[in-house]
Amino acid sequence: MPKLGVTNREGETEIVDGESGLSTMEVIRQAGNDELLALCGGCCSCATCHVYVHGELADHLPPLSEDEDELLDSSEYRQPNSRLSCQLPFSEALDGLQVTIAPED
Amino acid sequence: MPRMTEGTAGGPSDQYDVLIVGAGHGGAQAAGALRLAKFEGSIALLGDEVELPYERPPLSKDYLSGAKPFERLLIHPDTFWSDRDISILSGRRVIAVDPVSHQVRCEDGGEIEYGHLVWAAGGSPRTMACSGHDLVGVHTVRTRADADRIRAELGTTSRVVVIGGGYIGLEAAAVLAQSGKAVTVLEAQNRVLARVAGEPLSRFYEREHQAHGVEIRLGVTVECIEECNSRVSGVRLSDGEVLACDMVIVGIGIVPAVEPLLSAGAEGTGGVEVDGQCRTSLPDVFAIGDCASHLNRYAGETLVRLESVQNAHDQATVVAKVLTGNEANYDVVPWFWSNQYDLRLQTVGLSTGYDETVVRGDPGTRRFSIVYLRKGQVIALDCVNATRDYVQGKRLVTDGLSVNPALLADTTVALKTLR
Repeated sequence: MPKLGVTNREGETEIVDGESGLSTMEVIRQAGNDELLALCGGCCSCATCHVYVHGELADHLPPLSEDEDELLDSSEYRQPNSRLSCQLPFSEALDGLQVTIAPED
Repeated sequence: MPRMTEGTAGGPSDQYDVLIVGAGHGGAQAAGALRLAKFEGSIALLGDEVELPYERPPLSKDYLSGAKPFERLLIHPDTFWSDRDISILSGRRVIAVDPVSHQVRCEDGGEIEYGHLVWAAGGSPRTMACSGHDLVGVHTVRTRADADRIRAELGTTSRVVVIGGGYIGLEAAAVLAQSGKAVTVLEAQNRVLARVAGEPLSRFYEREHQAHGVEIRLGVTVECIEECNSRVSGVRLSDGEVLACDMVIVGIGIVPAVEPLLSAGAEGTGGVEVDGQCRTSLPDVFAIGDCASHLNRYAGETLVRLESVQNAHDQATVVAKVLTGNEANYDVVPWFWSNQYDLRLQTVGLSTGYDETVVRGDPGTRRFSIVYLRKGQVIALDCVNATRDYVQGKRLVTDGLSVNPALLADTTVALKTLR
């Protein structure tokens, strides 16, 4: 099973199993993380699943959609590597991806 | 995940430091937020459904359509609750609250003591009062079981009548129309979404549904639901017309589940009244979510109940802060979404009480916003496929800005530049 590295707001990193077919948001949620709110359930209607992506694999992610870009603009913690994790389908190709939960707005 | 804290309850108990009644978005967030804030007392999360807390919005969207299986709606995995020593009391319903002895009584006769009670029981769907309201084939959409019953009948259903042109009814209509059913939406008002949105948005959604083959009947009232072989066979309108159908979906709002609190003496009519810390008038009893009437500055400082994930979640967060000794006051701008077909509606603010609407963009392009004003101030936006307006318009609402309507209507002027 592909692995996802999740760093929480305390700076603790956990390596979790990621099921292909789920979004990265769902992988984080299924691992029991309680910081990622994902209030709209992953339909790109809020910005509460905001993460920072790290490493080479970040280049293999799908490009930002216009809506995701706009929603990220609503966060005062946006960085160049900001993404909404609900918009990142997880797969074998992303095995080893590292994400950090962004601060809560 | 590591255990966050050592709970005081070793197992099933009839006493909890915090008893949360209602295991929806609000209840789940209250429990999780308490542990995240290092609350060390015992916590129980009681709900009348058998499932672990799950997202309700997809019940009328991706779950109804079959696009998402139930497992993907769970707010947290099952281990989340045990890892945090949060006792899940499922399939139980509280029927009475004794604020003096700090006890609730359940339908099954069980009694549970609480230190603090967090009432997050939401509501039950309003049902039709007419004959035939309880026939086989007549449904509401509030729980997974409701959605499963609808899904189980879809294979033998060709004609559906949806009673109520609110968000739930329209979302269900969109899913059913896309799965090939002949759908008719009945609305008693002269437009859909009449209670929650301005006329331009209503007319837009009416046209969209019609373009997808949905028949919209406005200004009609239902006389009764007709039966054939102990199943629904049609809906009779008050003018005598009968609309034949194999299924009826009733989406006419909810009745807040607050009777046990009001019977115990809590203030409130309709919902239960809470203050800025979500306290009811009963000692050590809080209420959050769909059932909680609160003064909301986005509603012009009037008492409102808000039926949304945002409200349930953010009120739960307030309660968790208060119970862990932190200052908190509920003051969050309301937001909401509705997905129908390929249309994403995003709402910020509350449009109730608007005296002017500005249409920003051309609805014909299926990408536009409606800006609501009251006495010249922006109070809300409904944005259809227009995330930029939703994001940038939020500040206009939170700051209560007075903006020239001509500028709001001009799509070449970004909302973030308005002062």
